[in-house]
Amino acid sequence: MIAHAAALLVVPIILVGVVNRTKSCWAGRKGVPLLQAFYDIVRLARKRPVYSSVATVFVKAAPSVVLGTAVVSGLLVPLLGRRTPLSFPFDFVFFAYTWGLGRIFLMLGALDTGSSFEGMGASREATYSALVEPAFFLAAGTLAAASGKSSFAQLLRFRPDDPATAVVWCGCLVALFVLLQVESARIPVDDPSTHLELTMIHEVMVLDHSGPDLAVIQYASAIKMTVCAGLLAALLNPLDAAAGPALFAAANLGLILGAGIVIGTVESLIARLKLRSIPEYIFLAISAAFVALLASTLRRGGLG
Amino acid sequence: MTSIAAHCRPVAELPLRDAREWVAKVRSALEQGERLVTLFGRKADAEGAVLTAVLQAGGGELHVLRAATTLEQGWHTLTRDFPAAQCFEREVHEQLGVRIADHPWLKPIRFEGKNLRKMKDYPFYKLAGKEVHEVAVGPIHAGIIEPGSFRFMCLGETVHHLEIQLGYQHRGVEALLLRGDPRSLAPLVETIAGDTSIGHAWAYCAAIEALAGLSPREEIEASRAVGLELERIAMHLSGLSGLASDIGFQQGASSYGRLRTTAINTSMRLCGSRFGRGWLRPGGSRAAMDAGVAEIARANLSLIGRDVAIINDCFLSALTVQHRFQGVGTVTKQQALELGLVGMAARASGVPIDQRSFGAGSYGRIPMKTSVEESGDCWARALLRIREIDCSLQWLTAALDRFPAFAPVCEAVGALAPGQFVVSVCEGWRGEIVHCLETDGLGKLLHYKVQDPSLRNWFGLALALRRNEISDFPICNKSFDLSYCGNDL
Repeated sequence: MIAHAAALLVVPIILVGVVNRTKSCWAGRKGVPLLQAFYDIVRLARKRPVYSSVATVFVKAAPSVVLGTAVVSGLLVPLLGRRTPLSFPFDFVFFAYTWGLGRIFLMLGALDTGSSFEGMGASREATYSALVEPAFFLAAGTLAAASGKSSFAQLLRFRPDDPATAVVWCGCLVALFVLLQVESARIPVDDPSTHLELTMIHEVMVLDHSGPDLAVIQYASAIKMTVCAGLLAALLNPLDAAAGPALFAAANLGLILGAGIVIGTVESLIARLKLRSIPEYIFLAISAAFVALLASTLRRGGLG
Repeated sequence: MTSIAAHCRPVAELPLRDAREWVAKVRSALEQGERLVTLFGRKADAEGAVLTAVLQAGGGELHVLRAATTLEQGWHTLTRDFPAAQCFEREVHEQLGVRIADHPWLKPIRFEGKNLRKMKDYPFYKLAGKEVHEVAVGPIHAGIIEPGSFRFMCLGETVHHLEIQLGYQHRGVEALLLRGDPRSLAPLVETIAGDTSIGHAWAYCAAIEALAGLSPREEIEASRAVGLELERIAMHLSGLSGLASDIGFQQGASSYGRLRTTAINTSMRLCGSRFGRGWLRPGGSRAAMDAGVAEIARANLSLIGRDVAIINDCFLSALTVQHRFQGVGTVTKQQALELGLVGMAARASGVPIDQRSFGAGSYGRIPMKTSVEESGDCWARALLRIREIDCSLQWLTAALDRFPAFAPVCEAVGALAPGQFVVSVCEGWRGEIVHCLETDGLGKLLHYKVQDPSLRNWFGLALALRRNEISDFPICNKSFDLSYCGNDL
C-alpha cells in the first residue's frame, strides 16, 4: 500500500524524464537531467500564481481537482504487484469518470479565463476525449468479458493462451496505447513541447495557470501518463506475482519506463497529425478494441 | 553587365505624364503580360506627388513610367483589375495622402505618418453570426518572433478569413536613408530585414554603383553572389527547421537547425559576421578568402550537402510529414499571378519568377537553375526550399572552383550623378528586393524607396489560410516565412 503510493508519486517524475531523455537521444542531444520534471515543479511551486481579473473560482479549483482525480485513478491500477489499494467490481467505470471529473474541471478552468485560445482548447479536449471513451470501455469491457473478472486489478491479469485470446490481448494493448497518447497529450495527437497556441489541445488549456497551480497540473499530467503506462505494464508483465513479488514489481516498473521509451521513440520518428485526422487515429483504438471484442466472443463460441 | 538588374536613367528622359495617361500606360503594359515590380510615389511639393511604376518584361528588362499628380486628384485604382497593385496603392495613399478612387481595400499598411498612433483602430472586418467566432493572435507572440496582429474569423475550426495587421516594427527606414552620405548607408541597409542583410545590401550597392557610374569587377560580383547564396542556404535551412518543429517532427527540427549553424559559420569565416554584415560595401566586397578559408568553406559545403541529403530523405519520406503539409495552405497559380506574389512563394505556386534566371553577371558565368513547384501548398513551399538549397550548393561549389580566393576590395566610389533615377532588383532568399533611388540636380538623394518581398507576399498568406483549419496557421505562416520589419520598414 505504502509502496504503491510511493511509486505513484515518484514514478511520474522519472517517466517524464525517460520520455525526454529518449527524445534527446534520438535528436543527438545530451538532454536535460532525468529529474528535471521535479526541479521544474519545485521551481514553479516557489512562485506566486497570477490570476486573470475576470477569472472566478474555477481557475483556482481546477488544479487541485485534476491532481486529486489523477491520484485516485492511480489507486485503482496495479503499479507494483497484482493488488491495488482500491478495488471493487466494475471499478473501471469509476476510473473512467474520475478522469472525466478531472477533465471537466480543467475545461471549466480554461473557459473561465475568457480566452479564445483556451476556449478552443477546451472544445478540442471535449471532442477527442468523447471519442476515446468508447475505445476505453470497449477494451476494458472486452478484458472483463474475456477474463470473467470485473475489477481492474483482476481483469488486467488476462493473458493469451490461444490465437483468439492473443487477438483479444493485442487489440486491447493497441487501444490502451492510443488511450495513453490521447490522455497524456503526446504526439501524434498533441505536442507537449510546442509553443504554438493555435495547435495545442492540452497545453493551451493551462496557459493561464501559473506558479504552484501550473506545477500541480504538470504533476497531475505526469501521474496520468504513469497510470496509463501502468495499465499497459500490468497487461504485459509475464512474471508470476506470487512466485517473486520483488522481481514482479521490478519488471512492472521496467515496463512502465519501457513505455516511456516507446512514447519518446514514437515522438522522435513521426510528425504530429492534422487536428482533422485525430478522430481517424482514435478510430484505430476503437477498431482495435472492437476486433478484440469480436475475438473474445469467438473463443466462447458466440455471443450467447 | 552586373549580376543583379540595376536600371539607371536620367530623370530628364523619363517623361512626367498626366495621372490618367500614366494609369492607361501601366494598364496596357500589364495587359501585355508585363509584371508590376513596384509602384510608389514621393511628394513633389505641398500639393503634388510624383508617381513611379516599374514594370518588368518576360526577358527581364525593366522600364519605368512616371507621372505627376495632385493629392486631391490622385488616380483611379488599378487594384480592381490588377490585385497585384493593392499593397502599392495602399502604401502611396498612406504615405502621401493621395486620393485613390474606388480602391476596395484602402487599409493602412504599416501606420506611418499621420496614422502613427492609430494602431488600435485598425478597421478589421467583422464576422457576425451564432456559429462564428473571432480569434485574435498577437501582436506579441509566444517565442521570439517579431510583432504582428492576426485576426482569424472562424467557423468552428475553419478559417473563413484572416486579416493581418502590421506596422509594429516601423522604424522610419526610408527617412533615415536620406540622412548622411548616401554612399555610407550600408550598415543601415543591412538592418532593413536582419535575415536578408546581404540581399538588401546588394540591391543598395548596385544602385549606388550605377549612380556613381561604377561597374564592379567580376571578382567582387562573385564574392557577393557567394554571400547571397550562403544566406539563402542558411535561411532555407532555418525555415525547414522551423517547419519541422512546428509539426513536431523532431529529426528534421534538430538536423536542419544544426546545419544552419554550419552555413552561417561559413559566412563568419568569410566576412567576420554570421549574418553577412559588412560583406558588401558600395564599390567593394570585404570578404576575405585565402586557400585555408576556401578549404574550410568547401568542407562545410560538402558537410551540408551530405547531411542535408540524409535528412531530406527522412523528412520527405515520412508519411506523417506528407500528410501534414500536402493540401494545406494552397495558393493556386492563378491566385499567385493575380496577387503578384514574388520569390519563393510564387515559385511554389508554379510561377517561375527568379531574377537570377536572366543570367547576368555571376549568374551568367555559372547559371542558376530556377526551381519551381506546382501545387502551391505548404508541401510545395517546403520542397522548393529543399530544391533551392541543392541548387545553391551546386552553384557555390562551382563558384569556389572558379574563384579559389577573394581578397577584400574597395574601389573608390565617386560622387553620385545628378538627376538620375535608378532601380535595382536583387533575388534574395525570400524573393525580389527592390531599391529605387533618385538624385536631385546636385547629386544628393531625393528619394529612397525600399521594397522587401514580404510587402507583396503577406496577402498570399491571408489567402492561403482561407478554408483551412486555424491550427494550420503556424505551418502556413512558417512556410511563407515573411519578414515583419521588412514590411514595416
